[in-house]
Amino acid sequence: MTMNAEWIEIDGERVVQGLQAARETLDTAQGDVVLDFSSVRRIDPNALRAMEKLAGLADGKTVKVVLRGVNVDIYKVLKLVKLTSRFSFLA
Amino acid sequence: MAETVASLSEERIAYLEGLVSQARIAAAVFTQYTQEDVDRIVKPMVLAGLEQAQYLARLAIEETRLGVVEDKALKNMVATEFVYNYIKDKRTVGAIREFPERGVVEVAEPIGVIFSLTPITNPTSTVLFKCIMAIKTRNAVIFSPHPSAGHCCYEAVRIMYEAAVKHGAPEGVFTCLESQTLQDNAYLMRHKDVGLIDATGGPGMVKAAYSSGKPALGVGPGNTPVYLEKTADLNMAVVDIITSKTFDNGTICASEQTVVIDDEIYDSVLQKFSELGAHICNEKETELLGRTVIDPKTGYMQPMAVGQKATDIARMVGLSVKPKTKLLIAPIQGVGPEHPLSVEKLFPVLAVYRAKSVNEALTVCVDVNHAGGIGHTAVIFSRNDEIIQKFGEVMNAGRIIVNSPGSIGALGGVYNDMVPTFSFGCGTGGGNSTTDNVNVYNYLNIKRVARRTQAHMWFRVPNQIYFNMNAVENVRHFPSRSTIIITNPAMEQIGHVDTVRRHIPPETLVHVSVIPDAEPEVKVVMQGVEALNFYKADQIIALGGGSVIDAAKIMKLKYESPEADLEELAAPFLDLRKRVIQYPTEKVAQARLIAISTTSGTGSEVTPFAVLTDKEHGRKVTLADYSLSPDVAIVDPQFVMSMPKGLTADTGIDCLTHALEAGVSIFASPYTDSNAMQAIRMVFKFLPIAYEHPQDEEARTMMHNAACIAAIAFSNAAVGVNHALAHAFGARFGVAHGRANALMLPHVIAFNAGVPTKFMPSPNQRGYIAHKKYAMVADLLGLGGQTIDEKVKNLVAATEQLLDRLAIPRSIADLGISKEEFERAMPDLVKIAFDDPSWRSNPRMPLLSELGELFWSAYRGRSLPTVAKAPQPQTAEEWSCV
Repeated sequence: MTMNAEWIEIDGERVVQGLQAARETLDTAQGDVVLDFSSVRRIDPNALRAMEKLAGLADGKTVKVVLRGVNVDIYKVLKLVKLTSRFSFLA
Repeated sequence: MAETVASLSEERIAYLEGLVSQARIAAAVFTQYTQEDVDRIVKPMVLAGLEQAQYLARLAIEETRLGVVEDKALKNMVATEFVYNYIKDKRTVGAIREFPERGVVEVAEPIGVIFSLTPITNPTSTVLFKCIMAIKTRNAVIFSPHPSAGHCCYEAVRIMYEAAVKHGAPEGVFTCLESQTLQDNAYLMRHKDVGLIDATGGPGMVKAAYSSGKPALGVGPGNTPVYLEKTADLNMAVVDIITSKTFDNGTICASEQTVVIDDEIYDSVLQKFSELGAHICNEKETELLGRTVIDPKTGYMQPMAVGQKATDIARMVGLSVKPKTKLLIAPIQGVGPEHPLSVEKLFPVLAVYRAKSVNEALTVCVDVNHAGGIGHTAVIFSRNDEIIQKFGEVMNAGRIIVNSPGSIGALGGVYNDMVPTFSFGCGTGGGNSTTDNVNVYNYLNIKRVARRTQAHMWFRVPNQIYFNMNAVENVRHFPSRSTIIITNPAMEQIGHVDTVRRHIPPETLVHVSVIPDAEPEVKVVMQGVEALNFYKADQIIALGGGSVIDAAKIMKLKYESPEADLEELAAPFLDLRKRVIQYPTEKVAQARLIAISTTSGTGSEVTPFAVLTDKEHGRKVTLADYSLSPDVAIVDPQFVMSMPKGLTADTGIDCLTHALEAGVSIFASPYTDSNAMQAIRMVFKFLPIAYEHPQDEEARTMMHNAACIAAIAFSNAAVGVNHALAHAFGARFGVAHGRANALMLPHVIAFNAGVPTKFMPSPNQRGYIAHKKYAMVADLLGLGGQTIDEKVKNLVAATEQLLDRLAIPRSIADLGISKEEFERAMPDLVKIAFDDPSWRSNPRMPLLSELGELFWSAYRGRSLPTVAKAPQPQTAEEWSCV
């Protein structure tokens, strides 16, 4: 992870909005973008679609999206839709 | 199939991919839901289905033109209310079942995306059922209804979806192809993200599902035979059959197709059918009916007849029937292409057959069952339990319905306590992996979390053991009318037989049977059994070493259970508790076995083993069972005071080997350890004294006891690789068992104390502890050493020193066996040692190559350095390793 990472805390109640903000950050980010999922207990289909979009956007840039504090239930959801390989994870 | 997929347009593929993507996301999100979340969603779905039951029934009838609206509504209600009643308290998320006594917990894992095909005959009820099941199990479903039932199914899916999402289900959890083609189905069946195909419908669709390479629940056609047996309640039977066969105009595939009726009741049954609204066809009408409703080319029913009323079918055929006729009954004389009406008919036409005997009736039912209905459903009406049982055995049907309507009975939960379903598993006969009434558990991957369990172990010893000098006097406490003393010539010559006889009560008839001093042969054993029978013995006294006592054990076995097959009883086994062969428990005679040992080594007086030589076939037969253990053991040192020095040494080391091997065995327990450790201590202290001072009574007593105590240990913990090597080597080169053990012992200790190349599965132990056990022995003997490694080396050295003191040859080479001769024997030695069961309780699994290395180590002899003795405190920590 680079030293000048952008850090975005994802609100568990407003995950889609948080991911939208992350997408906007990708355009200007110099280094990694860290999304802190510590307060997210569960994600819904809209959030998952937003994550797919985010991953797609990040693929086209040199920015690495790092997910921090992802609980194992959400990690399994990401695994099932084959998104884990498109993000980095931080405990 | 590949061609049909290839013909899909890009636009269509994008559409189908969209459906799968939606379902895949929903299924992934669904994995986060708890049981409570799921149950909160299911209930309102069920209520929505109940509320719309009639609406959906009307839609189905309007669209498909099949069946009866009232019955379709009823089916919708069963598919919701009855299914809910069954599943509402079922756990389908997380831990779903626990078996604490087995340490097993079953944990549910959703399948993910299910591709579900639904039929024209039961369109909406099947959709309702599958939606409820899917939500209960956290799965997403893509529905593909029958093309002629697309709209009503779409509506059913919509109603379920709205209720589900409103109460928290993930968006996209259900999708439905409103119009579909075979190409769509083929594409979705093979899609990588589809986890399961649930195909309820016609044979073509089911076959396609199975051919897709995906796991599939395929429910195919039936052809339900019914046996109406003469003891049946005929009024009930006739009403049940009419109810079932006319239900939704016969569209349920479990409905009755051919009723086989006993001759005695045939006419009255037909009369009752007629009275209740059935039309009994005459021969000409039957022929006409068969020609019209069954396709003569394919032999299958004509689609135009499916789900139609009896009067409409009569009109199609040109039969004249009463206006309210419910059912057309066609008598047939057989099953097969010559009798077209013997196949499945999903409309109210029922074939009947007159059977002259139970056997004929059952045979015809088997024919019907095999004429397109294997694995599906069969029905019997009878009060005769034997016939019901027989029917259940000969029918190949997932559901065998007794004294109830076939169609509604098979659905479960109405006429019986079967699992409610709208999807009948037909087993392998129907090309299906299950015979279940498909329900929630078929929509789950069930994982088993199995905790390590500790197997029950045992500690068994003979009922009574008398020990110390003159213990033989206790023989007088055992009343006997007729006693046989089994012994060898030496015991008679020395006068030991007379010693024993003196203590037998005077009223006892005593016969002495002298056998050769060698491993018992079959012939010798059978002569002994003859003597036991002749004297009607109620007591056997075995006086001698291991061979005599072993012979007596087998004589007792054959005397009490003449049918016992020694060869069968010697069958190999891995675990005594799970062995295939059981020793006889029924006895035609009974005799007490008192074993008096005259050597201090084998411990046969307390062991459950006996070895027999089968000279005829040139082999040894080893028997092992606790029923072989003597009833009474007498460990009286007066019988060993005159043992020669060499025998004292060899048998003493045999005893030490028993104790050391039991100590490190994978079956060792605190119970066996206490005996093994005590025996080791006694051997190290008293064997040199008994060897050097044969008349030392204390040493002889302690060694005699040590042999018995070590035998108690290995009777319960078994021996190890040392014995496997010694058996092979001793037999090949004619070396006494104890001496052969001695040659191997230091090398085996070193081998077991090393890090195993291959660990032996040992569920009763936590980690590898053999080296620690040896270290514990070293501590017990006060051998010193700072580390486990040093202690093990000191134990090896102490063993070497003991062997030296006993003047036992220290290598196989010392026996005068040339290297070339040994090399020639090596392949056989390794093979025989590997076949020997003894090593299976050894802590370290020996590889074939390692067995060879051990033999060569023993050939070369001592090679381990002696570690200087150093004082070592025996700490609690060191002892805690066991």
